[in-house]
Amino acid sequence: MSALCRDCLARHEAPPQGASNRARGARCPACGGARLVAHPELDDLNIAHIDCDAFYASVEKRDRPELRDQPVIVGGGRRGVVAAACYVARLYGIRSAMPMFRALKACPDAVVIRPDMAKYQHAGHQIRDLMRELTPLVEPLSIDEAFLDLTGTEALHGGSPARSLARLVKRIEEELGLTASIGLSYNKFLAKIASDLDKPRGFAVIGRAEAAEFLADQPVRIVWGVGQALGAALARDGLRTVGDLRAREEIDLVARYGAIGRRLSRFARGIDERRVEPNAPTKSLSAETTFEQDIAASEALLARLWPLCEKVSARLKKAELAGISVTLKLKTAGFRQLTRSRRLATPTQMAEVLYRAAKPLLEREADGRHFRLIGVGASDLSEGELADPPDLFDPEREHQARVESAIDAVRAKLGDAAIAKGRGFETAARPVRGPRRKC
Amino acid sequence: MKLTIERAALLKTLAHVQSAVERRNTIPILSNVLIDAGEGRLSLTATDMDLTVVDSVPAEIGEPGATTAPVHMLYDIVRKLPEGAQIELSSVGDGGQIKVEAGRSVFTLVTLPREDFPATGEVDLPHAFTLQPGELRNLIDRTRFAISTEETRYYLNGIYLHAVESGDIDVLRAVATDGHRLARFEMPLPDGAAGMPGVIVPRKTVNELRKLIDETDEAVGVSLSDTRIRFSFGATLLTSKLIDGTFPDYERVIPSGNDRIVRVRCQSFREAVDRVSTISSEKSRAVKLKIAAGAITLSASSAENDTATEEVEIDYDGPDMEIGFNSRYLLDITQQIEGEDARISLADSASPTVMSDVSDSSALYVLMPMRV
Repeated sequence: MSALCRDCLARHEAPPQGASNRARGARCPACGGARLVAHPELDDLNIAHIDCDAFYASVEKRDRPELRDQPVIVGGGRRGVVAAACYVARLYGIRSAMPMFRALKACPDAVVIRPDMAKYQHAGHQIRDLMRELTPLVEPLSIDEAFLDLTGTEALHGGSPARSLARLVKRIEEELGLTASIGLSYNKFLAKIASDLDKPRGFAVIGRAEAAEFLADQPVRIVWGVGQALGAALARDGLRTVGDLRAREEIDLVARYGAIGRRLSRFARGIDERRVEPNAPTKSLSAETTFEQDIAASEALLARLWPLCEKVSARLKKAELAGISVTLKLKTAGFRQLTRSRRLATPTQMAEVLYRAAKPLLEREADGRHFRLIGVGASDLSEGELADPPDLFDPEREHQARVESAIDAVRAKLGDAAIAKGRGFETAARPVRGPRRKC
Repeated sequence: MKLTIERAALLKTLAHVQSAVERRNTIPILSNVLIDAGEGRLSLTATDMDLTVVDSVPAEIGEPGATTAPVHMLYDIVRKLPEGAQIELSSVGDGGQIKVEAGRSVFTLVTLPREDFPATGEVDLPHAFTLQPGELRNLIDRTRFAISTEETRYYLNGIYLHAVESGDIDVLRAVATDGHRLARFEMPLPDGAAGMPGVIVPRKTVNELRKLIDETDEAVGVSLSDTRIRFSFGATLLTSKLIDGTFPDYERVIPSGNDRIVRVRCQSFREAVDRVSTISSEKSRAVKLKIAAGAITLSASSAENDTATEEVEIDYDGPDMEIGFNSRYLLDITQQIEGEDARISLADSASPTVMSDVSDSSALYVLMPMRV
């Protein structure tokens, strides 16, 4: 069995007494540190999932050390949801995606911080750069988590993938002041499960020999792709654990649940042949916002729609992509979500075109119902150079494209609030915090 | 109601009307066909409220009457019955069902009352003229491919049909465009069309119409008002609402001063475009044309850097230039040029280009270049 000290990176052939998977209680003979990870397959596993711990909250705490021991929640105002909760806040039962009012009920003293996405993005990119020093096979899942395939990097980094990963996390801590947890296994499905086992500052390993046994008692919801609906369907059929799934033939699962049955069967056996794809193409880009108070009036909804169109447009332009399908998303006061789509004649990356497509969709839905959330997205993406081709009857469009790029240029220089179209003025001009005007 | 009819006659009549009906329908009566038996004829009517198709056929009427039945189901039943079968249609009981009998096959279908079927009251269509089937076919084929599918500019979702003076003669013109290409076809104005309003015929109507043309060699009657148009093919009547909108001033976007004139063998050009475009990316379909005295070099490349080039001989003595087009648009247009040579009139690499058949001036195409 091999053991690795995550503090001094020393590797021990014969494990110290008491070392187990997570080596609780054992000490590193070299530095005396307690953070040993030991596993028989430690040197043979190449696929890792790295997930930062309470990422947004950690970035805020790093930048405001006085908050270190306080419960910190990053999220929207009273009506929004928790985007991230620090580990102190989690002691009160606060979890991400929890409605803010419930979080504040559980912990009225929590410090609530509005998300500063630009800051998190910057930190996320710094982390990604460090990951890419280890391997080109980095598949980002979100701003703060990624899969890494470290196959064949031993000679280059002078050590096993496990050691390279421990060193990476150490660098993230030392250079960026943030912590992350590692899941190491032989495929993506298990690596992702592993990274969640030992949070925060964790390092968990799931080897080939133990995978089946480990999975047997896990709830079916642990399988990627099993959500609420499928989970309930499986439960109705008496399939509650991964072990239950494993007891069924693949062909039966496919017959009963369709194509996903194959994945259920294979994942239940610890088989996942998906590769780590560094360039997983973006499928869609979207932006949404939850209102402070439910909105029914169509003009007020439209005023909220416009800045979202601008946001999606800015992201399309930055990613050099263009979308041909525009989707409007609304959530009613009763939490019913609805989406309406429209296909454009040609791909676009212009806010104006997104807005013009989404507007009639919104007007059709704005029938007096109250909504709590609005979002807009562009999908069916193609290369940016195909965006907004010249149109025989819309010479205006080229003019608008020039207006938009002028606005983009001003914003790049002076910030997003420096300039706004009259259409979004009502919301753009409103201070982010501070007293709200009555309309 | 009771009638007997030969399978082939019923199948053909049903085929004419059934495609007007949408497959997915929220209003039950609109899934039904109106079956009207009277005076030696069976008349069928189907509608989606915008487009109505009526057809009638001789039948042996036992007892006159009318009802409505699900059209797609009826069509499928008749299609599957053996060739040559005599089909009997009859009301069952108080008329809540219709029985379809042929040989040993018996079907009963639930009906909806005739009164619920949307009335097709007589409409006043003050302008009337006739077109030869070949003329109507050309009018549609030369323009239909350019119809826009964009919902926001609904007024481009059809063919704009209008009377206009071209040169010194009065013509009937059909124009379609999606903003990236425009197709214009004209023919001498038929008698009776003078003074007709400009109308936009919706895409679905155009497609239904096109299916009917190949079955006739008799003149097609056209009558219209500013809200409706009707085409009559013998016993088949197709009546459609028109798109309520203003077609843009298309003349404005047809360049008149393009002075770089390329003449090319249309078939060689089309085949070369088709070959080269195999390489271009699924989404852009771009081909680049490098035009020089004597030859066009077509080229395309994919995101993975696969490349293709092909040279096509041309008549051209202007300056060298490069221009890019969507290959699909070039193919759509060149497929409509039946003469030996095509004329391509260019200004520069960013301006609309005009294409036409050297030997046939009835159609003209405008094409927006792509950035390549």
